[in-house]
Amino acid sequence: MTFDASGGADAPPELVQLLTPEGERVEHPVYDIDLTPEEVRGLYRDLVLVRRVDMEAVALQRQGELGLWASLLGQEAAQIGSGRALTDADMAFPTYREHGVAWCRGVDPVNLLGLFRGVNHGGWDPAEHNFHLYTIVIGSQTLHAVGYAMGIQRDGADAASIVYFGDGATSQGDVNESFIWASVFNAPVVFFCQNNQWAISEPLEKQSRIPLYQRASGFGFPGVRVDGNDVFACLAVTRQALKNAREGQGPMLIEAFTYRMGAHTTSDDPTRYRVAGELEAWKLKDPIERVKAYLFKNQFADQDFFDAIDAEAVDLGRDMRKRCLEMPDPHPLEIFEHVYAEPHALLAEEREQYAAYLASFEGSER
Amino acid sequence: MTGTLTLAKAINEGLRTAMEDDPKVLIMGEDVGKLGGVFRVTDGLQKDFGESRVIDTPLAESGIIGTAIGLALRGYRPVCEIQFDGFVFPAADQIITQLAKMPLRSLGTIKLPIVVRIPCGGGIGAVEHHSESPEAYFTHTSGLRVVACSNPVDGYHMIQQAIRCDDPVIFFEPKRRYWDKTEVDRSATPLGFDRAQIVRPGTDVTVLSYGPMVKTVVQAAVAAEEEGRSLEVIDLRSLNPLDTGLIFDSVRRTGRCVVAHEAPVFSGLGGELAARVTEACFYSLEAPVLRVGGFSTPYPPSRLEDDYLPDLDRVLDAVDRTFAF
Repeated sequence: MTFDASGGADAPPELVQLLTPEGERVEHPVYDIDLTPEEVRGLYRDLVLVRRVDMEAVALQRQGELGLWASLLGQEAAQIGSGRALTDADMAFPTYREHGVAWCRGVDPVNLLGLFRGVNHGGWDPAEHNFHLYTIVIGSQTLHAVGYAMGIQRDGADAASIVYFGDGATSQGDVNESFIWASVFNAPVVFFCQNNQWAISEPLEKQSRIPLYQRASGFGFPGVRVDGNDVFACLAVTRQALKNAREGQGPMLIEAFTYRMGAHTTSDDPTRYRVAGELEAWKLKDPIERVKAYLFKNQFADQDFFDAIDAEAVDLGRDMRKRCLEMPDPHPLEIFEHVYAEPHALLAEEREQYAAYLASFEGSER
Repeated sequence: MTGTLTLAKAINEGLRTAMEDDPKVLIMGEDVGKLGGVFRVTDGLQKDFGESRVIDTPLAESGIIGTAIGLALRGYRPVCEIQFDGFVFPAADQIITQLAKMPLRSLGTIKLPIVVRIPCGGGIGAVEHHSESPEAYFTHTSGLRVVACSNPVDGYHMIQQAIRCDDPVIFFEPKRRYWDKTEVDRSATPLGFDRAQIVRPGTDVTVLSYGPMVKTVVQAAVAAEEEGRSLEVIDLRSLNPLDTGLIFDSVRRTGRCVVAHEAPVFSGLGGELAARVTEACFYSLEAPVLRVGGFSTPYPPSRLEDDYLPDLDRVLDAVDRTFAF
């Protein structure tokens, strides 16, 4: 039995959906969106290209070029829909799986690979893209996003922050603290929870007895569940939530109901804990196929368009692979760089000692 | 401009000056606003700078540090108060995994000029969790600077230096010294906040300490002088990085070294100091470096804290033992 905070004991949670898995456009009384065919083609292109980025990274990991990869397979619509809702001034705080949002923020896909290849811990300038670094500790970034939003308030800026996290993260203390802070300070922040049903091997029942979006009401702000495989709905709801936040209406929780079609990471084996039929059922709700069907049905795109996107994806993957393989290992002494912004005597001493040690091998095999 | 200030008031004035100098400086913590902090260190600041710069936060330490990081990413310089030493642990995750490491993660594009003020140490008859010395957890974490003030002059100047620093700084304040008074010259050029200081010159043995123990060690040095022993007392001030140049120079002159801190001796900062002094000053040492500090027990109930905290006699006992070699 589950507790339903919205009223009726067994009432199914509402799910905002604007595009059915079959590609049918449906209306919603609160969240709607008017997209031109060109905009829809743009979203389709985003979806296909980020799936390709992801696929190439998985392959690179399988071939030993990356130590690890966290696949976004199945979550493309949640990420592209929300990512395309952001304005340049908005700030996004990702987990380590937000490759689609990174794409929307203009981060070069190759720069995502550095941390998984082990050449750095984060390969882009967050301020340049208004896209923060990947955070690996679960839920920590929610507080950063709220603090950033408190800064926006103090600056009087026309902006909001958005923070990404998963269903597992909702059990973390930091996420709950961030809800409290956002609420009491009325911070302009959108909490975007991709409920992909699995926290590695643990299903949602291990995290919550109520639908996650309903958590928001206990903290004093609105929560909404959106079809996370519907890029239109994710865009519409996130756009509205960000607008509300920018206009001083405070935080909102969006639960994007989706599915992790792949493993947690390339180190995981989901066959140990979930049945194959589940994946087959979710494949029918694929986030890309429904947009393709919509474009076809309405004659907003022809086969040439789809072929061109596919060709672009092939080129993108090829280019990404090439530049990944060319990525140089850092120099050993870089280990001492960027630990402190200002000179630090201990690090200077250790750096000097290690440089001398390395130099002692010059001319010989180490 | 000179005046007599308590340590609490000196830090308060240092905070005030920093806030006047830079509108990006914020204060955040539990009860720091209207109440002025449980030790009154932030007294009057919210009244003068407003609620958006002196922020009474929800009662959640991880939240304080986590949101301070977000504010710093937006260009602010938050000064966070952790109400008592033993309550820093809920924030330890944000401090260790995020605050200390995010600048490196960003390859230097992110700076986190955040100060975490922690009233520390025992001696005030408090209940559990209110008398601890957690500095070694933080000196062990790369990416943090760790300092400890011991007197009003340093309280006034070091807090401002910590705020101006572009690195995260853990700032320890010895709570049992909050009400000690000295003359503070506000216009004096302060010593660098990563420098140690000889607070009492001597010739026979170097005693290293910091925070609340500096006063105790100075008292021990006065008592030792009556017995004809000359103690050189060094206030480390900066615990990471250590000002090893000044320390080594002193030990090479005196040939003996004792380290005194309130924290348990085992795996404490004293171990690091002893190892470094031994390595650098080996041929000058007449005796092994000795350590005096808390026992390897949790901080005891307050009726026993005088037994736990190293006092003048335990410092002198260690000094005596260095002469037994």
